[in-house]
Amino acid sequence: MSTAATHHASTTEEREANPLSVVQEMMRACIQCGTCSASCPNASAMDLTPRHLWRLVQLGRMEKIFQSHTFTLCSACYYCSLRCPRGLNPSDAMAELKQIAARGHIRQYGDTIYFCRDFVDNVRRNGRLQEMTLMAAYFMHMRRPTLPLRFASLGWKLQSKAKVSLPTLRRGAPKLEALFRRVEEMEGDGT
Amino acid sequence: MQYLYYPGCSLEGTAKEYDQATRALLQRLEVRLTEVEDWTCCGASAAPGISRLLALALAGRNLAMAERAKIKADLLVPCSACYLNLKKTAETLRADPQAMRDTNEVLAEEELSISGKIRVRHLLDVLATDLGPSAIAGKIAFPLKDLVVAPYYGCQCLRPYPMFDDPQKPTSMEGLIRATGAEVLSWSMGPRCCGASHMTTHMDQGMQLSGAILAAARDADVIATVCPMCQLNLEGFQKQISRRTGQGEAITVLYLPQLLGIALGIPPKELGLTLNLAVTEAFKKRIAMNEDLPVLAVQRPETGRQPPCENLNDDEPISQRRTMGAHSH
Repeated sequence: MSTAATHHASTTEEREANPLSVVQEMMRACIQCGTCSASCPNASAMDLTPRHLWRLVQLGRMEKIFQSHTFTLCSACYYCSLRCPRGLNPSDAMAELKQIAARGHIRQYGDTIYFCRDFVDNVRRNGRLQEMTLMAAYFMHMRRPTLPLRFASLGWKLQSKAKVSLPTLRRGAPKLEALFRRVEEMEGDGT
Repeated sequence: MQYLYYPGCSLEGTAKEYDQATRALLQRLEVRLTEVEDWTCCGASAAPGISRLLALALAGRNLAMAERAKIKADLLVPCSACYLNLKKTAETLRADPQAMRDTNEVLAEEELSISGKIRVRHLLDVLATDLGPSAIAGKIAFPLKDLVVAPYYGCQCLRPYPMFDDPQKPTSMEGLIRATGAEVLSWSMGPRCCGASHMTTHMDQGMQLSGAILAAARDADVIATVCPMCQLNLEGFQKQISRRTGQGEAITVLYLPQLLGIALGIPPKELGLTLNLAVTEAFKKRIAMNEDLPVLAVQRPETGRQPPCENLNDDEPISQRRTMGAHSH
């Protein structure tokens, strides 16, 4: 992949008219060769292959795309972007689908959406990510009592090596408030 | 030789030892680092999942801070995810005037602006290209003979921008590892994905991917990494993975600058070795690592490999330790 994606921040109206427009633009030249599917380390866990997903994107099949978990299983390894014979960037297109799901508050993608949201909220407040408070917020939002248990052993190990610090209270305005607010204004997004 | 330095959030938390080892190694190699002033999170993989402009602005803020620094030098980044975010943003802004205008409009809130001139470099690129194996070979204090090292590159320092290595068959670590006297494991898993943040959001799939890498490394003594997320996935979940698959031995996982630092005779404490989550007893023995001893001596292994793997600063008696997995708690 040599060229950077050149689509621009879309306005609220454009997004509402067709939420898929940015991804469609990115994947318009897809010839359905399947190199992305063959290169994807997560394809076996996906309900739709990446190739199939891009066809649905071209056809604008919102419902089918967002019934699928395929885009949440992209781990951004960039094999597909490296190998795409059309020079497209499917990895970044997957991230765009995550954005659409996040804006649409689609509940079934809770894991991915909450993680991304809690992450950026944390950064907005602290400037630098506090890993411990991120995980606490994520567990709280997921409301799955057994979830933290899966990380208990790792958490204990990190704690015992003083690698995670307890949250420090920040006084005053969040560190990156001005920057975040400007982004929201420019994207016409009130959330 | 000097660089601007962007550690990134992980290197202040779960990857403290990567920061310590990078600084200690580069100091020994007479490289000067100037930390970027008031740096903030690059946006990681989360910001691109929320908003494209936010991702540009978060990474762009740090590029702008780097451009404002007194010294003019490349920006050195040890974390592969930070590296890719900063690099991608620099490339995008250079190629796309509208994105540049939008990003500068956001940065104006903090009286910052960005030109996109700065060059973003991964630590591995600097070690392999600017310094090279000869810089290491000339300073070896403790040759790591008889040690087999699996070079693990992960994804984001290689792809999508092939800057310093073959993105599908990388070799940039090999010369550096051989310069220490160690052997390089011949394997194909070097550029494969560890699962990244799947370990949080899709744990089964994360374990599948990390498990495949751990299984393929079974003939090595050490896996060398250049990314905090790869490191944590490979060192922090060994026991859970082996419990699932019913196989898999404990294996030492080190950051590349830790491994090189050991060979240069840098004391383990300065390399943050006590902070790693997976260092086997066999490895500790082999490098005669003892927290009280600032000096290392390389010993030949006695027989075979893989006694239990424990945390370095564990003080419980050996008889009570478990015999499997990378974790003692």
